[in-house]
Amino acid sequence: MNALPLILTVFVACAVEAIEALTIVMAAGITREWKSTFQGMAVALVVLAAVTGAVGPAISDLPLTALRLVIGALLAIFGLQWLRKAVLRATGYKALHDEASAYLREVTAAETAARESRRGVSDWYAFTLAFKGVLLEGLEVVFIVITFGDNQKDIGAAVIGAAAAIVVIAVAGIAVRAPLTKVPENWMKFAVGIMLTSFGTFWGAEGAGVAWPGNDAALLVLAPVVAIVSAACILWLSRKSAAAAPAPEKEAVTS
Amino acid sequence: MNRIKAFGAFWYDFVIGDDWHVAALVVAGLALTAILVHVAHVNAWWLLPLVAFAALAWSLHRVTSHK
Repeated sequence: MNALPLILTVFVACAVEAIEALTIVMAAGITREWKSTFQGMAVALVVLAAVTGAVGPAISDLPLTALRLVIGALLAIFGLQWLRKAVLRATGYKALHDEASAYLREVTAAETAARESRRGVSDWYAFTLAFKGVLLEGLEVVFIVITFGDNQKDIGAAVIGAAAAIVVIAVAGIAVRAPLTKVPENWMKFAVGIMLTSFGTFWGAEGAGVAWPGNDAALLVLAPVVAIVSAACILWLSRKSAAAAPAPEKEAVTS
Repeated sequence: MNRIKAFGAFWYDFVIGDDWHVAALVVAGLALTAILVHVAHVNAWWLLPLVAFAALAWSLHRVTSHK
């Protein structure tokens, strides 16, 4: 298969994670202290490199059929959860994930936390905030790169997509010196949900022994069908929401 | 103990997410596909997409009908 769809899919998926990590790092750096924030980021990146080094080769050693079955199932579950959230947000059943309000929450918490020096780090709060933010979002990036790269036998293309996303988001963050609030994050998540569900369903079924009509070309049909079904879900819930009286309560934002 | 719980909760949220029924349906769909292919010799490529669409629609229906 051409590497471009793989690079684009990984790029968009990793960009979403990078935006969330950037919001946390900006909150820590601007309100607390940049030196401790960068130390937290650096330690998180070292942990991520160690995890990638340990897990990556182990996954590569698995037989391709078993790998596709397990990774396909995980990606399909992952993708359907993203789609579910994106559809609920698009139809008002769940509040939109707002980077501006997420940033304000982090800033308020950071401003009220006491300054404490520990283990050679001058501001432990800034360090742990940046560490956790980069590690958690970074783990998702590692998961996406390893699963997509391994399944397509093109880790290099997946790494290019992820690295490009991180660089683009980091440069944009440095340029505006603030969290990226103008990015249509819900629609990016919707698109990523479609891709994860499509690839996951395709690989999972292949791992279960299915021979897809047209082989890899089936993905070119499957992804648009997933998109159409998801769009139909938005239409269905929009009508349901409009027909309901009084207006539906919104589900609490969890991520 | 709390750290182990937090670690478990993180991975549950990371993989399973807000609705475990979706994960259960996907796993059941894969198992049924494997049975159809290897036991009944039916090339059931259509089954998993149908299960995925049904899981999404059912999960959305469940969460919105409670509102």
